Amino acid sequence: MDKKLVSFIVAGDPNPEATLKFMKALSKHSDIIELGIPFSDPMADGETIQMADIRALNNGMKVSKVFDIIREFRKYSSTPIVVMTYYNPVFNMGLERFLKELKESGGNGLIVVDLPVEDSEEYLSHCKKYGIDTIFLAAPNTSEDRIKKIDNASSMFIYLVSLYGTTGVRGEVSNLAIDFLKRTKKLCKNPVYVGFGISKKEHAKRFIENGADGVVVGSAYVKIIEEYGDSEETIKKLEEKARKLKEGILEGSK
Amino acid sequence: MEMRFGKYGGQYVPEVLIPSLKELEKAYKEYKDDPEFKEELDYYLKNYAGRETPLYFAENLTKKIGGAKIYLKREDLLLGGAHKINNSIGQALLAKKMGKTRLIAETGAGEHGLSSAMVGALFKMKTRIYMGAIDVERQKLNVYKMKLHGAEVYPVESGSKTLKDAINEALRDWVETFEDTYYLIGSVVGPYPYPSIVRDFQSVIGKEAKKQILDIEGKLPECIVACVGGGSNSIGIFNEFKNDKEVKLIGVEAAGEGLDTEKHAAALLKGKEGILHGMLSYFLQDEDGQIRPTHSISAGLDYPGVGPEHAYLKDMGAVEYAGITDEEALNAFLELSKTEGIIPALESSHALAHAMKIAKEMDSDEIIIVNLSGRGDKDLDTVMNYVKF
Repeated sequence: MDKKLVSFIVAGDPNPEATLKFMKALSKHSDIIELGIPFSDPMADGETIQMADIRALNNGMKVSKVFDIIREFRKYSSTPIVVMTYYNPVFNMGLERFLKELKESGGNGLIVVDLPVEDSEEYLSHCKKYGIDTIFLAAPNTSEDRIKKIDNASSMFIYLVSLYGTTGVRGEVSNLAIDFLKRTKKLCKNPVYVGFGISKKEHAKRFIENGADGVVVGSAYVKIIEEYGDSEETIKKLEEKARKLKEGILEGSK
Repeated sequence: MEMRFGKYGGQYVPEVLIPSLKELEKAYKEYKDDPEFKEELDYYLKNYAGRETPLYFAENLTKKIGGAKIYLKREDLLLGGAHKINNSIGQALLAKKMGKTRLIAETGAGEHGLSSAMVGALFKMKTRIYMGAIDVERQKLNVYKMKLHGAEVYPVESGSKTLKDAINEALRDWVETFEDTYYLIGSVVGPYPYPSIVRDFQSVIGKEAKKQILDIEGKLPECIVACVGGGSNSIGIFNEFKNDKEVKLIGVEAAGEGLDTEKHAAALLKGKEGILHGMLSYFLQDEDGQIRPTHSISAGLDYPGVGPEHAYLKDMGAVEYAGITDEEALNAFLELSKTEGIIPALESSHALAHAMKIAKEMDSDEIIIVNLSGRGDKDLDTVMNYVKF
């Protein structure tokens, strides 16, 4: 099976129109677009994504506009879209209404960072009902037992957090991450994607070589958006970044 | 121990924290009823922190107001000047048993930061305190004290730069450092098992108060009043009286500039159900589920949520919740300072203000206990802005 590139940006950073342009650029080389719903208290995120959330919220980003962006994107592309969120915006809207709108707008999957698998029974049955795929995260300290539960609860892929920490660009791929990947690969029926701290072609290549089915990249893109804002330059650089990462994935697949 | 209080509570955290919470739960279950652990805890509560605290009959205040007898549970007399030390000693002892070598804590008013810095010094643990940059500014004295004890104070510049952001930042630290680090949460908030652990360590307040009032008056009080930010001092005094139907329990939230304005911190009175900091509870939030900025004259009550057990107690009607404005709290602060020679914390002044309101309507043989959770020295900078001599 082809190895995947998942590209994450924050919806509405710095505005919804720009996000749509960025998604189109990223989708040229990405297999999945992951769209983050900005939140006032993103406790699992490092500074880069925290700042993106603030930019989006300060510019009036709303959950309903995330669905508008997806709807608009669907006019141009069939690239799958996964939404990443903290639980409160979903809970506040009502789980069923959220899933219904996500499905109708053309969204495909959902990641709720702070919803543990133990509390996901109702969530899973509703996701199933509305045809939304589920993705749960696993960390290097997650027990085998839990990894199996997480695998059972996930329907698109398992998202491996490659390190102990928040999201954000890091230097090198650690042995901890590689060991964890190999360990998890053996336990899971779902494809296993790795994220957190991946910013370079070499990182992507290394994970793919070691058995990952995909990589998730976020902060590296968000940093470009932070620096160049809503501009042609950003679009060019995002596309270039995605192209290189995909190259790394292809090289790693050989 | 309960994962949930009714539907509230839970463990809404990123996956990486689940093993740490399980480790904590296991350790706490192992030690909480351990005689040796309890003995050690009691030793430090008595000889280090200064328990038990008096239950003081505020006779001058009672006479001035005319009505119910007002008693003050003097948590303000503890080392550090607030009830926070009860919990910090307990959790730091637990951290040591778990083999942790570093403490992190969040703080609003600085009282929990200070008590964590104190136990960090006492038990020789490296300590870092996360504190919103705005709170660092308005609680300079406490920041200085924390540094005296050797703690590092980390000003949090993200979000609203207050208590909720300090919690976010402490959690971000813990995600990276859980192997050697213990997260010492200061209130009955956060993911399970924290709300239960903090309640247990604070329930010494109510246990003492009950015994004391029975000794002095030979009966239970009609009413107990305590302020509620995250809700630890209130749970601490309420817990022992939960099953005494004749005792009315009242939690007082910060109504700031008024409950009909946007500037308050009354999560139970004006918030709605939501999920933040690992728990399902009441939160002040906008129509999109974004957490709203809060306001209170007292940094310790300036938090958009509340502990899950309070949410449950409210729904059950077991505790009544009321709001007191900045102005009312300030007046109570001045009144107690003048009539009794006791300077209360602005947080506790909220409870006091409410007690003063209801005492008038009660008979002179009836009793109110106010949990005077802290002393007001730390608030003098704030108060000086309002009152000049």
